[in-house]
Amino acid sequence: MIQQLFPNGVEHYFVGGLIVGAGIALLYVLTGRIGGMSSVFTTTWSYFSRAAYFAQERFTSARAWRLAYAFGLVLGGIAFVLQTAQTGEPRSTGIPFWQLGVGGALVGFGARMANGCTSGHGICGLASLKGSSLAAVVTFMIAAIVTAHLVAMLGAHR
Amino acid sequence: MNRITLLIAALCGALCGYGLSLSTMIDPKVVLSFLQLRDLGLLLVMGGALVVTLVVYQLAPRVLARPVLGRTWDRHVATMNAQTLVGAAIFGMGWGLCGVCPGPALAGIGAGFADLSVALLGMFAGAYAQGRLAGVLSQIPTAR
Repeated sequence: MIQQLFPNGVEHYFVGGLIVGAGIALLYVLTGRIGGMSSVFTTTWSYFSRAAYFAQERFTSARAWRLAYAFGLVLGGIAFVLQTAQTGEPRSTGIPFWQLGVGGALVGFGARMANGCTSGHGICGLASLKGSSLAAVVTFMIAAIVTAHLVAMLGAHR
Repeated sequence: MNRITLLIAALCGALCGYGLSLSTMIDPKVVLSFLQLRDLGLLLVMGGALVVTLVVYQLAPRVLARPVLGRTWDRHVATMNAQTLVGAAIFGMGWGLCGVCPGPALAGIGAGFADLSVALLGMFAGAYAQGRLAGVLSQIPTAR
């Protein structure tokens, strides 16, 4: 049963999740900030765009630490590669560019419209006991599962 | 914004990036195999992260008057309205198409998946479009 639901094992998933939680929790205890990961896409535009939306205080006041947080995420990936002694050479996900680009644009647009992504709603929002985040998680899970099945059926990825 | 805060943000981000890499969520094929219900590992990743965060989010403000190095406890800004639900549906469609969301895109680039930069550029472009269209999008009536 376990073998069927988790053909690649369970430990690395759970331990990885605990470490992600530790990062978000530590940020909160030390600074009081809610560490969702999609806000950086909006706050960083406030450095470059004069549009009124991006100039809002809630974005400009958070843009520095959010950018540092994003750089940290990249560094964490680098640290993992160094520590596990993989080659670290550029590799490919095997996903076609158009899927990465179009999917990424929808992810950026939707996450910012909804005020949160997998981390913002799925972890931070649920941990804040927000009903709106639960509704968001159920909505994006259903949309993602349906989309992934459709794309697989059409043979774009497997 | 003082330097200590920036350093802490980078350190906590690095913990998240390391955990996402260890959990293999930085590989879109792993996420897509979850979304196609062939390997439910993503539930364990979210579950593990949620348990730790839930305990700390609920306990810390009751135990400490303020964050160790900050002034106030921030609150999640999400509200129950059409924007949240429509945005989540759009986000889900994109996630199901590319298999990568914001955190794993950043960590995955660090871990060497060079082509995730295409997804990252898409996310910045999508967020720009959302910001520029925010005035129009706010016309969507609020759910009651």
